[in-house]
Amino acid sequence: MLEPEVLEQRIRDGVGEVSHLVITDLTGTRDHWEALVVSAAFAGKTPVEQHQMVYAAMGELMAGPVHALALKTYSPESWAKAEG
Amino acid sequence: MEDTLRDRIQGIIEGNEVVLFMKGTKHFPQCGFSATVVEVLRRSGSEFEDVNVLEDPAIRQGIKEFANWPTIPQLYVRGKFVGGCDIIREMYEKGELEALLSAKES
Repeated sequence: MLEPEVLEQRIRDGVGEVSHLVITDLTGTRDHWEALVVSAAFAGKTPVEQHQMVYAAMGELMAGPVHALALKTYSPESWAKAEG
Repeated sequence: MEDTLRDRIQGIIEGNEVVLFMKGTKHFPQCGFSATVVEVLRRSGSEFEDVNVLEDPAIRQGIKEFANWPTIPQLYVRGKFVGGCDIIREMYEKGELEALLSAKES
């Protein structure tokens, strides 16, 4: 079973410059997660590259404990727009 | 990953304009995320090749390393990795997916 704090730390450390982060357990079974990540490190990167950065930060967690990780990634500018 | 597997994956990707590596088949998806992408492709009116990774463990593992992307489904258009379920759904909602699929040679 995986604690959300573990995911949060991995993403903060691995992606860097995280200004906003929301982790949601989609099914209550601790293996289907959603992460909303806002980081300056995403600026100028395509969505695929942004998601690859988060998956890289998750490392081996993606090979078992985490069955699914739905991602919403924003740079600070796109997050400001998305919040409207 | 040995070259033979890499070549096999390369062959599948380059042999089809649109190919979806998924769990199950387009007629019987066996995972919610895969089913979502199948539905989005269908709504975009796109013909696509489906590769059922559940029947091919080597491809299932190899494709993750190939794209540096740890999850399935994975969509490839004209030999390029486009994304997983989140990105495809987002592209569809923004009309980017249909634009990509209808663009002949990019």
